[in-house]
Amino acid sequence: MADQPFIDIRSVAFAYGERPILKDINLQIPRGKLVAIMGGSGCGKTTLLRLLSGQYRPQQGEVIVGGQRVDRMNSRELFRFRRSMGMLFQFGALFTDLSVFDNVAFPLRENTDLPESVIRDLVMMKLSAVGLRGTQDMKTAELSGGMARRIALARAIALDPALMLYDEPFTGLDPISLGVIAHLIKKLGDALGTTAIMVTHDIHHSLQLADHVYFMAGGKIIASGTPQEVLASSDPWVAQFVQGAADGPVQFAFPAPTSVGEDSGLEARRV
Amino acid sequence: MFEWLRHLGAWTIDALWKLGFASRFLLAIVLHSGQVLLRPQLLIREMFFAGVLSLIIIMVSGLFVGMVLGLQGYNTLVRFGSADALGTLVALSLLRELGPVLAALLFASRSGSAMTAEIGLMKATEQLDAMAVMAVNPVARVIAPRFWAGVLSLPVLTALFNVMGIFGGYYVGVVLIGLDEGSYWAQMQNAVDLHDDVINGLIKSVFFGIAVTLIAVFEGYDAEPTAAGVSSATTRTVVTSALVILAMDFVLTAFMF
Repeated sequence: MADQPFIDIRSVAFAYGERPILKDINLQIPRGKLVAIMGGSGCGKTTLLRLLSGQYRPQQGEVIVGGQRVDRMNSRELFRFRRSMGMLFQFGALFTDLSVFDNVAFPLRENTDLPESVIRDLVMMKLSAVGLRGTQDMKTAELSGGMARRIALARAIALDPALMLYDEPFTGLDPISLGVIAHLIKKLGDALGTTAIMVTHDIHHSLQLADHVYFMAGGKIIASGTPQEVLASSDPWVAQFVQGAADGPVQFAFPAPTSVGEDSGLEARRV
Repeated sequence: MFEWLRHLGAWTIDALWKLGFASRFLLAIVLHSGQVLLRPQLLIREMFFAGVLSLIIIMVSGLFVGMVLGLQGYNTLVRFGSADALGTLVALSLLRELGPVLAALLFASRSGSAMTAEIGLMKATEQLDAMAVMAVNPVARVIAPRFWAGVLSLPVLTALFNVMGIFGGYYVGVVLIGLDEGSYWAQMQNAVDLHDDVINGLIKSVFFGIAVTLIAVFEGYDAEPTAAGVSSATTRTVVTSALVILAMDFVLTAFMF
């Protein structure tokens, strides 16, 4: 990877109270690259995104984006930093009391002094970019899941961000919507030159879209590589993810304190 | 015994922590209220939802409370030959106590619970997070306009509750029972003091407005982001508001009258 990464995460550790989530995470992402972070549910992927957006602060380590220490920013600096960042939430997080137009116009109205006529043009451009021109007067309740995700994407890119964070962008979508969102992520990255991090379970689209893939388990990065390297990897962690196997280094079953036999009374309890 | 003490200690610490959080939250609302002044359309929109849409329940309730006061008051006063004092009884009961307290209780049930549910759902569906990530402070954009809308709406609603109540008492006493109209209004005019009764009643409603709206927005913001969490936060808003209104009413009455 390049000498001066756009995103540099150094020895980051984070815990919710007593429960450790991330342990000694190191991650470097060059400018303009799309990186996928994969792993099972609860492995700390979304927490990592929230550390990058400054919603959480790590208990240990450094989070550097574009040469700035995000983990040390005060709230005024954080809000300034976030104007150059977009985030697509897992279920869109559209404002339900606003129309489609007002949702996409929201970051423009709040963060710029542009006249309403310019905002209108920009909103229509963004809606056009996600293929939903003509929906501007609709309420969010009238949108399908796939449309809502595309509107949320249009809103996230409204300010042409230098950094895009995608939190499970493919979850709960039908195959056509999923393909459209994947195509848009690729197209927008190429057009805007945005550095992007995509947290996902979707191995197929990750390998198709990403320049680099990281695998997480138990709060740690356990493997990484280009899509080609991932596909050729004999690493048991990577192989388990790629094949979706229940058996492997990542445990499918929760480590129960008692056995099935003990629970059903067929086996004497251990003392 | 020790277990009971441990629970009491944990409950006290939890309550104090929440009180501290609510105080800091109120401070944050006040500090981030500049947008409400710069963009009055945010405030007007919320006043429509909190105030204008509460008009029906407030006015109809006020009318019936006044009518009941008229009936009960007449039945009692007539025994002492003081039925002419009905206007005074209705007006003082409403202006000093029933108006501010009942309007606040109705406001907490109708608008307070709606505010908590809306903010709680915005939290559960990551709308508040999305706002923060878009460099927009949710306290300034979502909470402060709702808070000030509630604080400004309740005194107006209380005044309308009182007007409707006095009209309800008039309808029962004068129109239905046949008391002298002149006595109803003249006795009221002589007995009611602008400062002691009308202004003090409205000051109460300002305090209730601050308490109820703060509880509503705080419970929504602090709600666990699940369906059950939003539901219990909404319940807490109504229950806590009711208790706080009644307790505050006692304290304010002791100081004012």
